[in-house]
Amino acid sequence: MSGHESTYTPNSAFERWLDKRLPIIRFANDTAISFPTPKNLNYWYVFGGILAVCLAVQIITGVILAMHYEASVDGAFASVERIMRDVPFGWLLRYIHSNGASMFFLAVYIHMFRGLYYGSYKAPREVLWILGCIIYLLMMATAFLGYMLPWGQMSYHGANVITGLFGAIPLVGESLQTWILGGPSIGNQTLQRFFSLHYLLPFMIAAVVILHIWALHVPGNNNPTGVEVQDLEKDTVPFHPYYTVKDGFAIAVFLIMFAVFVFYAPDVLGHADNYVEANPLVTPSHIVPEWYMLPFYAILRAITFDIGPIDAKLLGVIFMFAAIAILFVVPWLDTSKVKSMRYRPVARQFFLGFVAVCLLLGWCGAANPDDAVIPALRGEASLVVNYTDTAGAVASATYKGGDEAYAAAEAFRASLPASAGASIDAVAAPTFLFRHLSLILTIMYFGYFVMLFVIGLSEKTKPLPESIHKSVLKAHKANTGTAVPAE
Amino acid sequence: MKYFRILAAGLAGLAFAGLAHAAGGSKHAHAPEGGWPFEGPTGQYDQASVQRGYQVYKQVCASCHGMKLLSYRNLGEKGGPFYDPAYPNPNDNPFVKALAAENEIVSPVPNDAGEFDLRPAMPADRFRSPFPNDAAARAANGGALPPDLSVITKARHGGASYVYSLLTGYPDFDLYEDRITQENGETVYTTVIDMAKFEKLGADMPHHGPAYLIQPAGQYYNPYMAGDTKPNYLGDPRHAPPGGFLAMGPQLTDGRVEYTDGTEATIDQMAQDVAQFLAWAGDPKMQARKEVGLATMVYLGILTILLWFSYKQIWRKVEH
Repeated sequence: MSGHESTYTPNSAFERWLDKRLPIIRFANDTAISFPTPKNLNYWYVFGGILAVCLAVQIITGVILAMHYEASVDGAFASVERIMRDVPFGWLLRYIHSNGASMFFLAVYIHMFRGLYYGSYKAPREVLWILGCIIYLLMMATAFLGYMLPWGQMSYHGANVITGLFGAIPLVGESLQTWILGGPSIGNQTLQRFFSLHYLLPFMIAAVVILHIWALHVPGNNNPTGVEVQDLEKDTVPFHPYYTVKDGFAIAVFLIMFAVFVFYAPDVLGHADNYVEANPLVTPSHIVPEWYMLPFYAILRAITFDIGPIDAKLLGVIFMFAAIAILFVVPWLDTSKVKSMRYRPVARQFFLGFVAVCLLLGWCGAANPDDAVIPALRGEASLVVNYTDTAGAVASATYKGGDEAYAAAEAFRASLPASAGASIDAVAAPTFLFRHLSLILTIMYFGYFVMLFVIGLSEKTKPLPESIHKSVLKAHKANTGTAVPAE
Repeated sequence: MKYFRILAAGLAGLAFAGLAHAAGGSKHAHAPEGGWPFEGPTGQYDQASVQRGYQVYKQVCASCHGMKLLSYRNLGEKGGPFYDPAYPNPNDNPFVKALAAENEIVSPVPNDAGEFDLRPAMPADRFRSPFPNDAAARAANGGALPPDLSVITKARHGGASYVYSLLTGYPDFDLYEDRITQENGETVYTTVIDMAKFEKLGADMPHHGPAYLIQPAGQYYNPYMAGDTKPNYLGDPRHAPPGGFLAMGPQLTDGRVEYTDGTEATIDQMAQDVAQFLAWAGDPKMQARKEVGLATMVYLGILTILLWFSYKQIWRKVEH
């Protein structure tokens, strides 16, 4: 792997015997011990290790939770509560698992932004990047399926909204939706299949993670300079102990943050409605997914107009899936030869803007699309008197202003006969709404990838360091006070 | 370029602040004066208050609201209101046994003749349900289903503060007015609330023009209830008061419960106690959680420090 010679020497007769038959110890040694790793990796590079920990934590807690969970519409909600109340340390397992999902996504988003910033998707790492995208897609599916299992109001109605998206697909949509749900609507059969798949997918993630690590170890790690390793001796250090200890430290810090959520704010990332047992007849006033899905939810709801024969709902679905699908082709969208944004001053600014756009999309996803982005800027609502005129037609009169507008509207309403059925409604003043912001941000989201293509063609990049080794020396000098500009 | 970076950072901060933004037309729930004793990383339930809260639940709430996720034994478990270290198994605790036996329940298992007896509850039994099923509960409550209170503090934004605010948030009785009108030859009674005198609303109180709110029959106005008051407001709809209507009327009146520990049963006291009892019921393992949390934090803190020094030691000769 990575063209580096195996440094393993079997020390005992048994190891020599095994090495000739199944060189598994050699494999482990070459992968996790002696693997040459660039010496200049910064803390943005620790999230791979953190993610491995997250996956292990989710699988271990999940397997134990499944021993106590009951996948039935009558028993699911109560069984989750029973885990929290009567299973020894069940509350701990459940809170680790539910908050663990959030931690997993937090880490994966930082990991992905890291990859986008340092150009880790570029040759020769395209397959590595695509495998990562597949893992992310599987994670989204797993999280969505898992959110159904506590059988709360948000579980049920969230699943209803998302499975309804498949119904928007022309021709096959309705059949597809019925096939996914196992019936005309969400029922016991849906919960059972979601549970089954929620148990299956993490092991598929684990399998793709193995491929992801394999694909990492063929070309070796990228690094903050984006310059490939030229001299193993000068540019790299063995993975162990250098990166085991550095990743270990980062994992411990991450676990402290994780533990703060689990022990001191276990429900803060969830939604109160999910502690109300699912009731198909009562729809929550405001259906929102978990925070890690919010940017995509905002894109889904940003499209409120039809284009030609494609209606708004289908268009929203197309854009939402396109927002994920575009990640798969980033290696070919980015035309720049330079990997790291450290040396791409223009693209770098666009990258920072892209991060802000993603965060703002999350904000829009959490908000009601018809609310004002800045309520303070919204003008006073006008009053509309709706009534039926003498000819039997529906009519209305609008009054604008403060208290005097109400007085006028009320006087007009009182002057109408009872048969007019007059009523006064407040109509909010037009202003900049969240759905407008969502649309702008959606265009900016996709715009970033267009810009990656355009900028790369003509961008004037900064000079790259000759090697990883040289870049380290340079940074070191800068730290000790000599006038060498960092970055 | 620098400006762009500042702008991006600002927008990111705004996005984070925005995530905490809550929507909804009801008044924001508030904690009682002095806050809750169970808040913060070391906060614990006030056991005496939770005990009194159980009394309020039993004597007031339990006639309509069930708590089907709780058993009487939970009252005597570690962290529970009637925990006694002498009885690690709450099923042996005579006080818990006596509390359970105050409730007559339909036995969940049939007797030898195949019939379900009425019998005093045992610690292992679930809390007595006031109604045999949801349909019976609706029929007895004008079509409204009294929600189960087992996890109510987790199921509402604001938690215990929501329960406390709702119970103490009803308008005082002197704000209600009965209006009698003739419509199509029939006498119609309507209850209206004089919102201009409803001082508990604070800044949301209407301060101009007529400000009456029509209370629909069988419904009660509460500013902390989620809903919409516009259709019922006799005034400028732009200034309709916050809140909505619910089928539960004001339940707490001074002295409604006679506390066994001698505490004066004011509305505020009873609301605080029952809210704290419900907070415990929704999160009975909070004490254990915070204890394990502290140990975990100390462990992780030491581990992190050791790893930091190991990292510094191992990397000391490598320029990076």
